Amino acid sequence: MKKLRLALGILAAWSVAVLLGPGLLTSGLTPSSIHTPPQTAADAQHEIAVPPPPFSEDIYPCSACHADMEVNLERRELEDFHDDITLEHDEENRWCMDCHDAENRDILHSASGEPIAFEESYKLCGQCHGPKLRDWRAGIHGRRTGEWNGRKDYLLCAHCHNPHAPRFKSMKPEPAPEKPGKIK
Amino acid sequence: MSIKKTIGSTMKLNRRTFLKASAVASSTAALAACGSKSALDEFLQKNFRFMSKQEIGEVIQRLETQYAQQYGKEISVSAKEALPETFFGYALDISRCIGCRKCVYACVEENNQTQAPQMHWIQVLEMEKEKGIDFMDANLYYQHEEVPHEGHFYLPVQCQQCKNPPCVKSCPVNATWTTKDGIVVVDYNWCIGCRCCMAACPYGARHYNWGQVELDPETINPDTHYLGNRPRYKGAVEKCTFCIQRVREGRYPACVEVCPVGARKFGNLLDPDSEIRYILENKRVLILKEELNTQPKFYYFYGT
Ligand code: SF4
Ligand code: SF4
Repeated sequence: MKKLRLALGILAAWSVAVLLGPGLLTSGLTPSSIHTPPQTAADAQHEIAVPPPPFSEDIYPCSACHADMEVNLERRELEDFHDDITLEHDEENRWCMDCHDAENRDILHSASGEPIAFEESYKLCGQCHGPKLRDWRAGIHGRRTGEWNGRKDYLLCAHCHNPHAPRFKSMKPEPAPEKPGKIK
Repeated sequence: MSIKKTIGSTMKLNRRTFLKASAVASSTAALAACGSKSALDEFLQKNFRFMSKQEIGEVIQRLETQYAQQYGKEISVSAKEALPETFFGYALDISRCIGCRKCVYACVEENNQTQAPQMHWIQVLEMEKEKGIDFMDANLYYQHEEVPHEGHFYLPVQCQQCKNPPCVKSCPVNATWTTKDGIVVVDYNWCIGCRCCMAACPYGARHYNWGQVELDPETINPDTHYLGNRPRYKGAVEKCTFCIQRVREGRYPACVEVCPVGARKFGNLLDPDSEIRYILENKRVLILKEELNTQPKFYYFYGT
């Protein structure tokens, strides 16, 4: 009984910690479902679980709109839609179609044209940011929750970094401690 | 203050009140004054390290009853021992920390730190990039609209879990020691509140309970460990325990999980596949005040 209570307590505390975590990760992420296939022998031992990708509301699947549209591969400023996206990610050299797939809008693609699911977008990021991907796989880059000796929950790069403007946003700090002298 | 009042108002007689009491009366008188059996048991309680399994069980039961009365809800006190083959280490990425102080408050909540007066086990220092790590000009009280503040970096400091801990050596009654899994802990019942350890610690990591500890029953964390976050006493010293109540269950410390930039890493130094070992083997790592030979198991590193 006591064990059960403890287990429930831990589960509750854990889910509160995960769900009510910092403001950054607000979109109701549940560390659940998606398990990406292990890439190397070392990875095969611990699968990497990530929550669903952080899509803007009501926008996925992209093909819902794009299926009926003509593909325009010309590099240009977007005016009719997606004009809220300002690219601040090597914008001199890159644009939408370098990562998004023109044939299948619901996926991404690598530099060599291999399809990449949104759930595995870290593979796309890792093409340029190799050392970061290596650290992320090792659990060093990025936030981890779960167990130090067991199951860990990973986040996708895009959960913390907006892929269109990946620089980490500054935030309001929690209040400073009181200065000494208030002791009664 | 009369002995009666001391005892009556707190319903208990511990080693600190006892010392106080003996200043005005003989110890026999003090003992006689405390009518209740549990107060007597508490007074006669041994140092945690020298208790038998059965004695630990009795103490835990007494504490759980006492806390239930005091806070009006069930509070579990674990005495879970160290997991086999574990020796904990911690690493903090100074190239990532943005000084948001989320860890400070997550720690307060997880570990039931009193807020009257305020206590923070984690202290986030702001330093100038130009000067590098420089405690003389560090600012604990920074206030900005947004962090990180231009030209500055942040260095959170908490107990460094020294392998050669001066705090432990300085304690005259052996109320603080290093556990098998490498956590420096305090037996809050055995602590006499002399504050020698606080003077000995070069990192300002130990904190004193100046007032009667009153925690909010609404927000109290009911999952506690005897050597960790159980409610403390006025006059006892406390410090970071790597969240002993969590890590001995296999979980990460609360500060690791809350950090929005993932700057905080924790694991088993004996496990070659652990995150902490990866950092020690692949990153530039430093420890604070290395020249003092305290040998911290809390490492700072540059993840970039
Ligand atoms: S929560 Fe992380 S980023 Fe924020 S102050 Fe603590 S260590 Fe630094
Ligand atoms: S940092 Fe201070 S309190 Fe922690 S082990 Fe070292 S000397 Fe002791």
